[in-house]
Amino acid sequence: MELAGIAIDETVDITDKVCPLTFVKAKVALDELEDGEVLAIRMNDGEPVQNVPRSVKEEGHQILKLLDNEDGTYNLIVKKVGD
Amino acid sequence: MALTDSQIERYSRHIILKEVGAKGQKKLLNAKVLIIGAGGLGAPAAMYLAAAGVGTIGIVDADEVDLSNLQRQIIHGTSDVGKAKVKSAKETMNEMNPDVTVNTYRQFVTSENIMDLIKDYDFIIDGTDNFPAKFLINDACVMAKKPFSHAGIIRFKGQLMTYVPGEGPCYRCVFKNPPPKDAVPTCKQAGVIGAMGGVIGSLQAMEAIKYILGVGKLLTGYLLTYDAIEQEFHKVKLPSHTEGCAVCGTHPTITELIDYEQVVCTDGLK
Repeated sequence: MELAGIAIDETVDITDKVCPLTFVKAKVALDELEDGEVLAIRMNDGEPVQNVPRSVKEEGHQILKLLDNEDGTYNLIVKKVGD
Repeated sequence: MALTDSQIERYSRHIILKEVGAKGQKKLLNAKVLIIGAGGLGAPAAMYLAAAGVGTIGIVDADEVDLSNLQRQIIHGTSDVGKAKVKSAKETMNEMNPDVTVNTYRQFVTSENIMDLIKDYDFIIDGTDNFPAKFLINDACVMAKKPFSHAGIIRFKGQLMTYVPGEGPCYRCVFKNPPPKDAVPTCKQAGVIGAMGGVIGSLQAMEAIKYILGVGKLLTGYLLTYDAIEQEFHKVKLPSHTEGCAVCGTHPTITELIDYEQVVCTDGLK
């Protein structure tokens, strides 16, 4: 699968969660990946898009892109750093 | 094995922690901890380990719940009086967290059964209230190369230390032999403030959890003491692993387990 020209290894949808489970669900998905693999996280506008990218960055992962899906959701594309 | 949605929610405050994450939580779910004694220390230790999702928890105790236990043994309730402590403890833990398999052993540890009891567990918690059991647990864990947390509580004081094979002194390196008969009162005679079990037993649970996660520093080579009257903790550095220790030294003289005589309560002791 590809998003905005970036190859995606895994996806996770956190639109059914509220804080802090939004980040927890994203983190669990990242924990399952290998170093260098790419995860697309689908999240709602508002609180998730404010907080999840920051938390993911604080964990040391690399944010490649934040895509506005123009339906009230975003896709955050993250490259896992470390194992 | 992936965490289920309800596990992700249940353990979310763990998973958020950088030191735990999904991997650490899975380590906890796959871990096996044996708690010897379902009393003042074992009760809070068992409850925190169950809540944390330690997947297999064994509990060893031959006693029944007594009304006089309830002031500190918070895993048991008033309606449990007369019930086997291991049964009462298991019921509480099952109610707290269905992820946990609780194995019950309704017996006291002896030189005959202890090796068999500890063999399938990753970490042992000594929650006993007497010196014969404490030395037996130490010697068995040294011989079986099992890490364990020692603790003792009396009146307003508590202490604990952790033994990890090859990483510091064992309990016998520090305390050599049980004290002479009648030299030290048991907590039955001396009393103990109920919350002391909560403080020290929870610290034992913390040692077990950190050992499983491989995070931070353990109390190996240290004795942590707590004095509730002065409200003081002291972390006392212990002499390093003793070459001449009778059980973990270079040439051990104790090669078989010993059942020391249990001190019997007498009226003369105060």
